Amino acid sequence: MTDTLKISDLHVAVEGKPILRGVNLTIRRGETHALMGPNGSGKSTLGNAIMGHPGYEVTGGTIALNDGNVLEWDASERARAGIFMAFQRPMAIPGVKMADFLRHATTNVRNPDRKEGEELIPMRQFRKELTENMEQLRMDVEFARRYVNDGFSGGEMKRAEILQMAMLRPKFAILDETDSGLDVDAVKLASESIAQIGSDAGGGEKMGILIITHHDKLLDRNAPDFTHVMLGGRIVETGGIELARELYTDGYDRIRAAYPEAAAAEESMTETATV
Amino acid sequence: MATDLTQDSTTSDAALGEINKYDFITPSHDVFKAEKGLNAGIVAQISEMKNEPAWMREFRLESFKIFESKPMPNWGGDIGIDFQDIYYYLKPTNEQGRTWDDVPQEIKDTFDKLGIPEAEKKYLAGVKAQFESEVVYGSLQEDLGKKGVIFTDTDTAVREHPELLREYFGKIIPPSDNKFAALNSAVWSGGSFIYVPPGVKIEFPLQAYFRINAEQMGQFERTMIIVDEGAEVHYVEGCTAPMYTTESLHSAVVEIMVKKNGRCRYTTIQNWANNIYNLVTKRAMAYENSLMEWIDGNLGSRLTMKYPAVYLMEPGARGEILSIAFSSKGQHQDAGAKVVHCAPHTKSRIISKSISKNGGRSSYRGLCKVEDGAVGSKSNVVCDALILDSDSRSDTYPYIEVEEQDVQVEHEASVSRIGEEQLFYLMSRGLTEAEASSMIVSGFIEPLIKELPMEYAVEMNRLIELQMEGSVG
Ligand SMILES: Nc1ncnc2c1ncn2[C@@H]1O[C@H](COP(=O)(O)OP(=O)(O)O)[C@@H](O)[C@H]1O
Ligand SMILES: [Mg+2]
Repeated sequence: MTDTLKISDLHVAVEGKPILRGVNLTIRRGETHALMGPNGSGKSTLGNAIMGHPGYEVTGGTIALNDGNVLEWDASERARAGIFMAFQRPMAIPGVKMADFLRHATTNVRNPDRKEGEELIPMRQFRKELTENMEQLRMDVEFARRYVNDGFSGGEMKRAEILQMAMLRPKFAILDETDSGLDVDAVKLASESIAQIGSDAGGGEKMGILIITHHDKLLDRNAPDFTHVMLGGRIVETGGIELARELYTDGYDRIRAAYPEAAAAEESMTETATV
Repeated sequence: MATDLTQDSTTSDAALGEINKYDFITPSHDVFKAEKGLNAGIVAQISEMKNEPAWMREFRLESFKIFESKPMPNWGGDIGIDFQDIYYYLKPTNEQGRTWDDVPQEIKDTFDKLGIPEAEKKYLAGVKAQFESEVVYGSLQEDLGKKGVIFTDTDTAVREHPELLREYFGKIIPPSDNKFAALNSAVWSGGSFIYVPPGVKIEFPLQAYFRINAEQMGQFERTMIIVDEGAEVHYVEGCTAPMYTTESLHSAVVEIMVKKNGRCRYTTIQNWANNIYNLVTKRAMAYENSLMEWIDGNLGSRLTMKYPAVYLMEPGARGEILSIAFSSKGQHQDAGAKVVHCAPHTKSRIISKSISKNGGRSSYRGLCKVEDGAVGSKSNVVCDALILDSDSRSDTYPYIEVEEQDVQVEHEASVSRIGEEQLFYLMSRGLTEAEASSMIVSGFIEPLIKELPMEYAVEMNRLIELQMEGSVG
C-alpha cells in the first residue's frame, strides 16, 4: 500500500482565532502537490499544523498517516514517522552547531525507537553523507560548523532547510516558500536539488511533496500532479499544472470572484491580522 | 565504620538534577576536632595546632574581632547560618576516613557517568585523604621546582615562604572587606600557594590535585597566587564531580597578584551539594599590561555568593571575567563580577550566563567602576539569563560607576525563556523535548565552554546534560 497522508476537514486556530476552516487534502507518496494562495490565506498554518507546532491548535478534523493518528503525536514523533517541513522562517539556535544538531536529528529519524543516550550514527558515516549533500547544494564545508540558522542570510537558511531534507529523507516533505529570498541561480539549484532528493526517500521510493510557492521556478523541475488554491483558510479549487500556470500569471482575481464566501473570510482574517 | 548519609528532603523530587541530591557525609574518624562553634579561644587553638608564627596568630585574632563586629550582608541571598553550629577546624588525618565500600552506590554511579578516573573517585568521595599525586605528578613538581616555581599548600607556605606570603597576605583582600573574608581570615586552613618567578611561563594548567602533601580541600581555603613580571600561569580549582564537605558553609578567599606583563587565568568549576552556603571572596590586582582572567562555573549549593574581582591598577592592564551559573530547585546563585579601572587605558570584559530551572534562582550582580583619571578605559559587560520554566527566576543587578568622561562602558543584558519556537524547530527534526532543551542550553553556554580546557569543557557539558535529564515534561 502506498503511504498516504490524509487531512480531513481540518480546523485550526491560532491564539483562539480560527484560521483554517475545513481543509481536505490527500497526498500519496510519489505525488507532488503545489499549494498556492494569497498571503495570509493559511498555507503556512496548514504546514505548521501538520508538523505539530503547539501554537496551532487543531479544533476539528483529522490528520492521518496511513492508520496512524498524527494528531496524537508531538512534533518529534511526527518527524520520526517521516513528516518533514522546510520552514518559511527557520529558527536560529545560537551556540548549537549545524553538524551536531543534524547528527542527532538524523540518528533519531533513522532509528525512530532510539532511546535518549543511545549511540548516534557513526561520525565517519555521518560526515561522508553530510559532505556529499553539502557539495550537491554547493555549500561550503565550513557551514557545518556554524550555529543553526544563526546569522544566516535568507538564501543560506533556505539551503540549510533543503540540506536537512536531504539528510532526513522523509516520506512526506512540506516546503514552505523555500524559493523566497533566493536569486535566480539559487532557485534553480534549489529546484534541482528538491527534485533529486524527492525522487529518493530511501529504498528507491519517492517522497510525497507539498510545495508552497508563489513562483513558477520551483515547479520547473517539480511539476505538480495537483495544484491547490487556498483562500480564507480553505482549499477552494484543485487542478493540474495548468492551474498553477494560470495563478502565477493572472493572480487570484478569478478565484476570489468564484468563491465569494472564502473571499469574505479572507477579508475578515486580514482585517484582524492587521489590527 | 559508621557513615551517615543524610539526604536532603528534596531527594524525592525525581526532576532534581542527578548530582545535587546527595547531601553531606559525616565522617566519624577525625584525629582532632576543635570544639563546635567559634570564639577567640578556638581561633587561637587553630593557630596553635598549626604551629604558626606569632604574626599569623595575631592576624587571625584581629580578623575574628572584625568578623564579630561586621553585620551580615543585607543583600544577595538569605544566609541562614548558625555560626555556633559549625566545626571550624578538623585536623587532617592520615588514616582513611571511610572506605570505598561505604560510599553510596548512587554516588559511585554519578562518578561513572562523569567518567572520573578511579584514583580521583576515591579522593572525591573522601576515601583518600588526598589524591595520590606523588606517583603521578612527582616529575612535574620537580620540573616546576627547577624553574623556581613554588606550588604548595598555604599552610606550608606560611612556614617555608613567609617573606613572599606576608607581602600580600590579607592585603589584596583585607579581613575588613566583608564578614566572610573576616571569617576566613580567622579560621582559614588549606588552599594553594603559587609563586611564578619573572618570565616563567607554565604551559599546562596547575590543578589543586597536583599539590603534594596538601591538606584536603577544606571549607575555609585560602589561596594566593603571585605572578611575577612577564610570567604566566593557569590555575584550575575544583572539579565537576559533586563536592562533599562535612559542613554546610564553604567560605574561601583567593588573592591574586599579577605584575607587569604577567598573565593569570583562574578556572573554577564547582558543583556543590544542596545544603552548602558557598560564600567566596576572590580578587586580583593587575598591573601594567598584565591580563587577569577569571572563569567561573557554579552549580548546585543552597546559596552561592561570588563576585570575582579585578582591580586594574596600571595602564594597559586587562581583566576578563566569564561565569556560568546553573540553579535548580532550592538553589540560589547570586554570582557576578567586579572590575575597577584605576588607571588609564585599562580594559575589562565580563560575560555572565545563567540558567535557572525547576524553581531555581539566578542573579547577576556586577560592578563596573571607572575611577577619575582612568582615561581611554573600556569595559564591556554582557549578561544573559535563560529561564527554563515559569517557576524559575532570574534577576540582574548591574552597578556602573563612572567618574571619568573619556571612557567607553557598554552593558547588555538579556533574559530569555526557552522559546517554544526553538523547541518546536528542533523537535520537528526528530529530537525529543528533553534532547531539544538540553541542546538549547548547551548552545546557550557554548561561548563560555569554548574557553575551558578541553577536559573541563567535556565534563561541564556532561554535567549540564545530567542536570537537564528529566527536567522537562
Ligand atoms: N504564529 C502566528 N501567530 C499569530 N497569527 C498567526 C500565526 N501564524 C499565522 N497567523 C495568522 O494566520 C493567518 C494565516 O497566516 P499564514 O498561515 O502564515 O498564511 P500564508 O502562509 O498563507 O501567508 C494570518 O492572518 C496570520 O496572521
Ligand atoms: Mg506562509
